[in-house]
Amino acid sequence: MAIHEQLKKIILDTLPGVECVIGWGPGQDALHGSPVFMRKPEDVDSFMDTPLGAFGAVNNLALFLPELSGKKVGVVVKGCDSRSIVQLVAEKLIKREEVVIIGFPCEGAADLTKIEKALPEGREAGEVTGAAIVGETLKLSLGSEEISLGLADIKADKCTRCKTPGAVISDAFAGIAGKAPEVRDEYADLAALEAMSLDERFKFWEREMSRCIRCYACRNACPLCVCRDHCVAGSRSPHWITQTDSTRDKLMFQIIHATHLAGRCTGCGECQRACPAGIPVLLLKRTFNRGVAEIFGYDAGMDTEATPPLLTFQVEEAHIKEREWQ
Amino acid sequence: MSNKFISHEKLRDWLEDLSARFEVWAPVNTGQDAKGVVVYRPFVRDGALEFARKPVESAKHTVFPRSETLVNFKTGAKDGKPALELHVPEDPPARAVFGLPSCDARGFQIFDPVYNGSGTQGLARDNYYLRRRNATVLIVKACSKVLNTCFCNWVGGGPACTEGADVLATELPDGFILAQVTARGEAALGSALLAPASDSQEKQARKLHEEAGAALCAPPDLSASVSALRGKFDDSAFWEAEASKCLSCGACTYLCPTCYCFNITDEARGVLGARIRSWDACMLPLFTMEASGHNPRTGKIQRLRNRIGHKFSYYPSLHNGRIACCGCGRCIKSCPSSVDIRRIVTDAIGITGTAGLKEQKNG
Repeated sequence: MAIHEQLKKIILDTLPGVECVIGWGPGQDALHGSPVFMRKPEDVDSFMDTPLGAFGAVNNLALFLPELSGKKVGVVVKGCDSRSIVQLVAEKLIKREEVVIIGFPCEGAADLTKIEKALPEGREAGEVTGAAIVGETLKLSLGSEEISLGLADIKADKCTRCKTPGAVISDAFAGIAGKAPEVRDEYADLAALEAMSLDERFKFWEREMSRCIRCYACRNACPLCVCRDHCVAGSRSPHWITQTDSTRDKLMFQIIHATHLAGRCTGCGECQRACPAGIPVLLLKRTFNRGVAEIFGYDAGMDTEATPPLLTFQVEEAHIKEREWQ
Repeated sequence: MSNKFISHEKLRDWLEDLSARFEVWAPVNTGQDAKGVVVYRPFVRDGALEFARKPVESAKHTVFPRSETLVNFKTGAKDGKPALELHVPEDPPARAVFGLPSCDARGFQIFDPVYNGSGTQGLARDNYYLRRRNATVLIVKACSKVLNTCFCNWVGGGPACTEGADVLATELPDGFILAQVTARGEAALGSALLAPASDSQEKQARKLHEEAGAALCAPPDLSASVSALRGKFDDSAFWEAEASKCLSCGACTYLCPTCYCFNITDEARGVLGARIRSWDACMLPLFTMEASGHNPRTGKIQRLRNRIGHKFSYYPSLHNGRIACCGCGRCIKSCPSSVDIRRIVTDAIGITGTAGLKEQKNG
């Protein structure tokens, strides 16, 4: 039985005991999927009923769990999404017993930006009228034109460095979890940025942030961003962030966001995917993630019993030799 | 006045010529490669103008800035009493926006009755809006293609609709044909660089308009949206299903050509300060937060209901039935959760099987 059929069966079995099961269903066109909240057995028909199937399961559905806390819900997860759940449980932001986690062996998810970039010059993703996955290729129709793209070329970057293609924790699993791949995150995406001088880097961020429209999709798409209606960006007393259209303050917000996520961010990349202006905000979070890994040896979202390093302190940190500082 | 023509080679010369009289804005690829993000920017001669892909943002901010200073102030004392000095910023420069799609220009027509007094029995005339609006020439570029998220024809528009446009530009293989629509448009077309358009160019333009119009799917009848959405107001199961996947961000509102809400904030540093007007969004929690701390719209369900209800029910019931949506589709295209406003409205009315709209289970 195909994975998505197995998942459907698990979802149907889960439904009677939960408020709903959150999964992926069709979006506005062949390329887009969309979160679907399955409440009745007939809702399950639309689960992964999309041309891209599991490859189009891009949304991190762990996002919706804190707002549903108090209710028992099921959620289908990719490996990366399951890490968000682990982190939410570790921080006691959701209760483990309130979530039924359904995993599957993820083979990677699409990056719509990469797909658009791979289309001929002047063409955009919204022109795609049909899509089908054939082997390791995504075949697209743009009206009468046919275009083939290799799946490896349009997979999200996070998938290429993924250590957890199966769920880190799950209550049910469709198929068999493969062996965890031996990959090491070299943070290659940060190298280009760090090769720039400080001045160049600042200009880079000013250019990128100049497109920011302050919609806060980055913040609201983040499963670990839990201040919700009480965000520093909305605070009027004290008034932390200006209402003028200031690029520096927009960057300031991103730095606050990244700092709040230090040692908590699992690198799911939803902030960057959600940005309508295509601002590479994940780079900021990954800079912190690398630092946290180096200093505290901590990787967020791997252990529900762990305490994130910045939510605690040690009198003597193993990798911070304060006494040796001059 | 007969139509004009400008070749692709001379386009930048003409826009430079226009720049002597207007602050010219145009869609620009701001990225590092051919597929960078397209947004509106002030025209510069060596800028990466792009007309092939639709700008991610609407042209709303060219007339209604994301943030503008209403008044600068200085606090102090005079003769032992508190004194306040006020300084209203100078009038903004006249602008010409070249290359915006028709939906973006039509968006301002939804702004107008709210801000020019006509829709409020003269109660509210927003001079900050009007001085920019009246000094802006909109040179619409007819759309040559239709995206999956485009639905301008559902709400009375079309790829070459001239409603809201001052000039209609149509891109031919060798340049743009320019048709004057309003008296304001004449000011932009008074340039020696423009040649008269030939009959065959006119014919080509008309053919392109027809082809683009034909590429849109047949629209459903939305005339029942006013009463249908009012009827659904208290149907919490309906709104919960529609709003479940919403992440409650402001992408839809801030990309929207017709969302006109704003907030006013005083920001001061010492004795100097400014009263600032900045965009606000009904999808964000602070929008309805009251001074007491009470928030009548407690969550995303009430907020999304307001956004849809306002556009397809409350606004039309106040403004002669006009729907406050221009069908640009940006709220769908850029929604991180693929919330589809078309589907919510057709669900509310009870229309099924709409062409071009994928049938889905309720969220």
